[in-house]
Amino acid sequence: MFLINCPYCGERDQSEFVSGGEAHIARPKQPTELNDDQWAEYLFMRKNIKGIQFERWNHAHGCRKWFNVARDTSNDKIEKIYKMGEQPPKL
Amino acid sequence: MKNKYSIFSLIKNAFSNHENWQRAWRDPEPKKEYDAVIVGGGGHGLATAYYLAKKHNLANIAVVEKGWIGGGNTGRNTTIIRSNYLWDASAGLYDHALKIWEGLSQELNYNVMFSQRGVMNLAHNLQDVRDLKRRTHANRLNGIDAVWLETDEVKKFCPIINTSQDIRYPVLGGTLQKRAGTARHDAVAWGYARGADEMGVDIIQNCEVKGIKRNGDTVEGLETTKGFIKTKKIGVVAAGHSSVIANMAGLKLPLESKPLQALVSEPVKPIINTVVMSNAVHAYVSQSDKGELVIGAGTDSYVSYTQKGSFNIVEETLKAILELYPIFSRMKMLRQWGGIVDICPDASPIISKTSIKGLYFNCGWGTGGFKATPGSGDLFAHTIANDEPHKLNAAFNINRFVSGDLVDEHGAAAVAH
Repeated sequence: MFLINCPYCGERDQSEFVSGGEAHIARPKQPTELNDDQWAEYLFMRKNIKGIQFERWNHAHGCRKWFNVARDTSNDKIEKIYKMGEQPPKL
Repeated sequence: MKNKYSIFSLIKNAFSNHENWQRAWRDPEPKKEYDAVIVGGGGHGLATAYYLAKKHNLANIAVVEKGWIGGGNTGRNTTIIRSNYLWDASAGLYDHALKIWEGLSQELNYNVMFSQRGVMNLAHNLQDVRDLKRRTHANRLNGIDAVWLETDEVKKFCPIINTSQDIRYPVLGGTLQKRAGTARHDAVAWGYARGADEMGVDIIQNCEVKGIKRNGDTVEGLETTKGFIKTKKIGVVAAGHSSVIANMAGLKLPLESKPLQALVSEPVKPIINTVVMSNAVHAYVSQSDKGELVIGAGTDSYVSYTQKGSFNIVEETLKAILELYPIFSRMKMLRQWGGIVDICPDASPIISKTSIKGLYFNCGWGTGGFKATPGSGDLFAHTIANDEPHKLNAAFNINRFVSGDLVDEHGAAAVAH
């Protein structure tokens, strides 16, 4: 249970948002050239970090916009919020 | 040799004010080397060690546990046991466990309070009805007892359910597995710990794994807070922390760790005679032998290792509980807690070898691992001892995420999440 500072709407309860999982997993540029291992890596394998994790969130019950969050999964503390397309911050 | 627990030992010890009970397991310091080390002293890990010693004659085994045994998800779940899964592979896996449950108290000489009070899954919309009927047929083809109940039969089996057709999600029927039920979760960990200890397994508590030492593609041992332990075989059964251990070995798993919550009420007289699960509205409830209602809530949508979930999840579950059971409207909830569950993309577990020789993982049980504890331990022990899976867990290998041969139990199997 925590608050998220939506870059478009301001601070709201986490229950207004939906987590989109790990961020910066790039969609393959040439899907036809991927082998099975690379598909498994893209589709299923996750870092699932205990510590600071970069992830996507959507303000589903608000502006419905996507953005990125750097959050410490060991205590749910949000370190940084940044917009889609931006590089992950150095923390 | 452990003294046998019986009515006579209970009476005998009563005369000495229960002060002379034999210690249930030792508290040893780790040796320098073991034939196999199990990481994680929950039910699954202790069961693995127990069956390694019992069925595969490996005596020189250790279980290392970061906290205390049974203090993780083993002591945090809602103790539901059932095997009514849709797919053949899952039916085989979970019914194997259920068959062991049926004789477990006798086998361990430890009362795990296994109670076959039945598990009922309710249908609240037409798709639920179709899915649950399909699952009932699939179960029966796999030799698992399952029956479809119409709404009036649901009411007859569990009279306190509100079967009015005027509620938001009316009860349109349900399935019942009569062999299913509950067990005392702590007793399962303690019983397996006592049994494993008797066969010489070292159960080392307060011993956190800090690193896995590899020589190329072979494991050499574990770095722990109690020093380096040399071993050729490591079985990781770390539930929510599986990915953390995997990262130490340079492996990535298809898991996400999320908080799952449960809560119990104040104790009351017997009121609900079975376990009722309701997937569509996400509420399930049973009553413990102490009289508390045991209520399971859902998972949060985000990754977290905090062992506490969001309040809105509990609120939604209790709303559904109150609509289905108006009689509970004045019950007070005493305790609420969270556990970290490791969820696989196909909601089925991984009991498997890995690309690193001597490193095995038993993880991905997600929200429903307790029911499988004895079967999981038995099959994981087989996999570790033979370096090959048993036929019952062959489908649950880690490679299925590469081959695409998933065991998709999301929703289809009465999985409540």
